[in-house]
This record gives sequence, C-alpha cells and structure tokens, in this order.
Amino acid sequence: MKTATNTRLIQARALSLGRPPLEGRPKPRPGESEPVGMTHAPANVPLVAPPYKAEVKSLNFFYGDFQALKNVNLLFAERQVTALIGPSGCGKSTLLRCFNRIHDLYPGTRYEGEIILHPSGANIVSKAIDPLEMRMRIGMVFQKPNPFPKSIFENIAYGLRLKGVRNRSELHGRVETALKSAAIFDEVKDRLHKSAYELSGGQQQRLCIARALATDPEILLFDEPTSALDPVATSHIEDLIRSLEEKVTIIIVTHNMSQAARVSAYTAFMYVGEIVEIGSTVHIFENPRNKLTEEYITGRFG
Amino acid sequence: MHEVSRIIARRKLEDRVFNLVGIACTLVGITTLGALLFNLAYDGLARIDWDFLTSYPSRHASRAGILAAWVGSLAIMCVTAATAVPLGIAAGLYLEEYGKKNWITTIIEINISNLAGVPSIIYGLMALGLFVYMLGLGQSLLAGGLTLAVLVLPIVIVATREALRTIPVHIREAAYALGATKWQVIRHHLLPYSVGGIATGVIIALSRAIGETAPLITIGALMFIALLPGSPVTDSFPFVSFEWLDSRFTVLPIQMFNWTSRPTEDFHVNAAAAGLVLMAMTLGLNAVAIFVRYRARRKIKW
Repeated sequence: MKTATNTRLIQARALSLGRPPLEGRPKPRPGESEPVGMTHAPANVPLVAPPYKAEVKSLNFFYGDFQALKNVNLLFAERQVTALIGPSGCGKSTLLRCFNRIHDLYPGTRYEGEIILHPSGANIVSKAIDPLEMRMRIGMVFQKPNPFPKSIFENIAYGLRLKGVRNRSELHGRVETALKSAAIFDEVKDRLHKSAYELSGGQQQRLCIARALATDPEILLFDEPTSALDPVATSHIEDLIRSLEEKVTIIIVTHNMSQAARVSAYTAFMYVGEIVEIGSTVHIFENPRNKLTEEYITGRFG
Repeated sequence: MHEVSRIIARRKLEDRVFNLVGIACTLVGITTLGALLFNLAYDGLARIDWDFLTSYPSRHASRAGILAAWVGSLAIMCVTAATAVPLGIAAGLYLEEYGKKNWITTIIEINISNLAGVPSIIYGLMALGLFVYMLGLGQSLLAGGLTLAVLVLPIVIVATREALRTIPVHIREAAYALGATKWQVIRHHLLPYSVGGIATGVIIALSRAIGETAPLITIGALMFIALLPGSPVTDSFPFVSFEWLDSRFTVLPIQMFNWTSRPTEDFHVNAAAAGLVLMAMTLGLNAVAIFVRYRARRKIKW
C-alpha cells in the first residue's frame, strides 16, 4: 500500500519535470511577490509575478442557487500559461468560462465580484460590459474540436468577419497568419476551401486554435483541449500552446496533471469551487504547500 | 459449462424468433402499399394520357380530365408553402432559440403538439368561419391555401425545432465565443446547418397537405369546375397578377372523391387514374425529401 503510493508520488514528480526549460521565463522568486488576493495560501508561497493580464477578485458564480465558485482570487501573468487543475466538478471550467461570459447564454447564471482585464481595467463580469465585446477580445478553444461545417478558410475568417473585416486581401492575409501561428498552414494550404470536417481530430483542434487566434485575442482560453485527442495529436497541441505563450496570455483547464506540468508556468489547484493553491508550476508539483494539493497531485484522489 | 451453452442456445432462438416477427411486420406494411399501388395502376394506368391531364371534367367519363384539379392542387400548394414555411420556421426558431422557458412558452409548446393532432375537418370549420366569412376571402384559392397552411404549420414548427436541436451545443458555443449575436448565430450557423431537417419537414408537411380533402370541402371547394385560375403572369404592367388567388378551385383528391361517388364504372377508372397522379406527386415530394436529407447528412456529420 505504502509502496504503491510512493511509486505514484515518484511518477508524478517525474512527470512534473516534463516541462523543460524555465530559463528565459520571468521566474517568480519566493518571497518577492505580495500575496495579493490569496485566500488559502500562506504568505511565503511563490506567487504570480507581474505584469498581470487579468486579476480575479472575490469572484462568486452561481448556477441558479448553486454556488459553483466561492470567493476566487487569482492573478494571471501576462504572456504566460496558467493551468487550472482540480478534480471533476471543482469549478475550473466554470471559472474559465467566466472570462468570455459564455455563461450568459444560459438562464439562471449570476456573477459576483470582478475579473479585471489589464491594461484597460475593464471588469469582464460587470453587467455594464457587453459580453459580445469580451468574446471578441478573449478567444476560446473547447474540449471537443468544434469547427463549423464550413470550409477551412471560412472557419478562420468567421471571427474576422464578425469584427467587420471585409477586405478580401486582408482576410486572406490574416487567415494565413492564424493558420501559421497554429502550425497547421502547411497541412491545409492546398485545400483551404475544402470542408473542415475532412481534417483529423488533432488538425481540427489546431484549426479551432487558429480560429481563436485569428482575431488577435488578448487572452486565449483552453478548456481541456486535448481530452478528445490521441497522444500524438495531444503532443502537437501542447507544443503549440507553449509556442503561443510569446503572443498571448493563456489559461488552460486540464484534467491531465502531466499536461499542466508540461505546458504551464503557473498552476492553480481548485477544489469545490475554491482556489486551494496557486504558484509556479514547479512549486505546485514539487513542493505543494497544501496537503490537499499534494494528495491530488500524487493521485490519492480526483 | 453445459448450462451456459443451453442458455446461449435459448437466447439465440429468441433472437431468431424476433427477427422473423420483425420481418413479418415490415412485410405487412410494404405489401399493403404495393398492393394499393398495383391496384391503382391496374385500374387507372391505361387511362392516363395527355388528354386526361389537359382536359376539364366532363359528363362523359372518357372525355373527362384532371386539368383543373392538378392546377388547383399546385396553386394551393404554392399558397400553403408560401405561408406555412416562413411562419413555421420563424415560430420554431423563436421557441427554440429566443423563448425563455416559462409557463407561457410551455403552454405554447404543449398546444403546438396538440395542434398537430387536431382532425383536419376541425381546421376546415375554423377556416370556414375565419378565412371565408370573417376575413371575407370567400371560397377562394387563397382561403384554401391558408387553411392547409394552418393545418401543416405544427409539422413545420416541430421539424424546425427538431432540426435545430440536432445542432450540438459546442457548435453554438463556438460561434458565440467569437462574439456573434444570437441573430448572427441563427443566420450564419443554425439555419444553414438545419436546412436539411427543415426542408424535409416542409416537404412532408406539403405531401400531407396535398392529400387533404375534408377541410377544403368544408370551406366550399368546388366539385366541378371547368376553368383555370387566372394566370399569375400578365402581358401588361406590372406583369404579375394575384387574381388567381381569388378564384374558385378544386384539387385532385376532391376530383377523385367526386368520381368515385358516381355510379358508373368508367368514372371509377378516372378516379383510379387521378389517384395515381396524386400518388406520383406525393411520392415525388417524399423522394425530394429523402434526397435533401441525404445531401444534408452527407455534408454535415457532428
């Protein structure tokens, strides 16, 4: 029994080392950053280093009477990948979906608190903010690849058209740029006007990433983007996410802890609607402060 | 071991028995339809010729034709389609996409399913009071077309809603996440993707309408008419005329009914021939429906 647990612990540690170099990233230094807005972590935990792209302040979220997020406080570093992990039903997807106000599509949902988007300082979840504007500024990639049953070109151009881009050459240029950023251009350049459904699952997901990138979003949200993909496609997507980090702030929800370890600079662990712990991914995986985090990471529950 | 093989043998026997029962049940339906068609064809096929299609009814069975009847059926279908299709699709869209779930929409929904089950003669009575007398449309093509439109409206609404419901949530969310408004989602995505289902529903509704007799007799369709409705195209400005909407009319099933109620055998042959033409029109519509559905399914698979 004890041996099994140890083995798993060792495995988890090993996996957490999957993300190679941290050099070149602004490493959060222990004790330097202020524990801004942290509810559960002790003061000396390495937190998120500035500059920040988004700041979640006392966010509560309700589906009808059910409170899915409880007093969430979090910082998201600009142009870094932040992973949200936690067991099913912990509220990580719910939190992610607050960022583009997609909850507004469904009746009975309610936000309290703030998500401040820097540098504009707009509160994403405020009633005064138009969710349409937020969705144009913040892109999302979903769990299942969900291209439109249209051509590859039209899939990417759609967001641009919504933003009012009419000029044909501009459309073509930006579609091509987006496809290149999503590392799929070479695979599709000869069949831009073929149906997106002719692509494989992994290609479809990269197409969806390109679609989200085309409008130059300020934040890119990933909701378990590889859970429907095979390992090879998954590793393509992970490489892509890491390469996108230079361009855009990324928040990724994942069930797969080794994925969080591989792609993210910061990791937040959530449990029953609360943030249990946030810190640099290395710290969360190698040196969690919270016992719950450690138990989750070592696979003892969840 | 022996016990297990006995159980398996038993189950296999059950399987075979049900297979046979199923085949028998299917054959009942198919044989009936086949016999019906064969009977009609045997009686009437020889009677169908160019003269039959281009002659007005007559006291002499051998000179009687179905010109007024098939033109009337066609004209009625135009009125029915022109009203039931936009109304039905709009109502279906509203109920599925815009209507909030509350007691009013629940009542509307229940009533629409109820309407689909109301006997058609009741619609005839309603139309007689509403269209013929209250709105003063008289016993015209317009009144007849509207009557059938009301009759098949629930079919179109239900088909539209079903078609919209087959579009997965993640496709809608993909469009909303790019910043589309509800109307943009409907116009760019939901309607194009559900057009197969809606078209199928519309055609099935029309093939139901084309065979309706009772409500048209109720509003006073003619049994015997020897002139055509006015032409919709004229040779003087403005080159279109809606006078035909105001004409008295008859339709194929009424013509058939008329002939079957005659005592002499030769009119019964005419009825069989008219029946064949009606069947051909209905089966033709169904074939179009199957084709449309096949085309739509081939293009889109979720």
